[in-house]
Amino acid sequence: MSISISVDISTENDIVTARQKGRFLAKELGFSIVDQCRIATGISELARNIFLYAPTGKIIISSIVKNSRQGIAIVAEDNGPGISDIKLALLDGFSTSNGLGMGLPGCQRLMDEFEIKSELDIGTKIVIKKWLD
Amino acid sequence: MTVPIIKLGSYLIVTFQNELTDDMAVEAQDKILNRIRETEAKGLLIDLSVIDVVDSFLGRVLNDTAMMARLMGTQTVVAGIQPAVAVTFMELGLKMKNISTVLDIEQGLDLLKSLE
Repeated sequence: MSISISVDISTENDIVTARQKGRFLAKELGFSIVDQCRIATGISELARNIFLYAPTGKIIISSIVKNSRQGIAIVAEDNGPGISDIKLALLDGFSTSNGLGMGLPGCQRLMDEFEIKSELDIGTKIVIKKWLD
Repeated sequence: MTVPIIKLGSYLIVTFQNELTDDMAVEAQDKILNRIRETEAKGLLIDLSVIDVVDSFLGRVLNDTAMMARLMGTQTVVAGIQPAVAVTFMELGLKMKNISTVLDIEQGLDLLKSLE
């Protein structure tokens, strides 16, 4: 059975809700404590990016199966301004909001798969996945 | 909900709770600095034992708080980082600057005493 949870992101509290729901599903699917932490942290980074830049959007957390392997997928979607230079946004230490610039590149390192699509004035969609060993 | 700050002798102990929002973390930072000034605390101990996510924002607030406390003349010790949080912290690419870390509050108090 596949499960999908959607969390609207428009306040700081929603960032906490999204990562808690992600951790809960990751735990249910049998991910280790370290993976649960990686997944929750990755969701936190993506949800914050929505809140900071979009500033509203949603996080969809789903259980996925590929070649009989169980995994978790997180889609972060917004209709915000978009990212003008994705390569730059994925560079450690680059930030347009005076942040650490570790959010996106860090999130990429925490997950097994990372896809990003962004169009100026249309929005950004990021999909991250983690597979069970 | 706010972050509790407890005064123990000449030290301040702050326990971060799990549902910590960005706002609460920044508010805690202000509150900690004001309490350091009011109490003339010699050391600041931040307990993260119940925190199960340290993302780039909280990582930054921790570093900033320690730096600000240091500017005021107070040492910061962070206690109780969970194993999974330690792994994720490294992979995320975060760094601890100006912060000593210990296993638990007890070790933290010992360390602060030895720094005096």
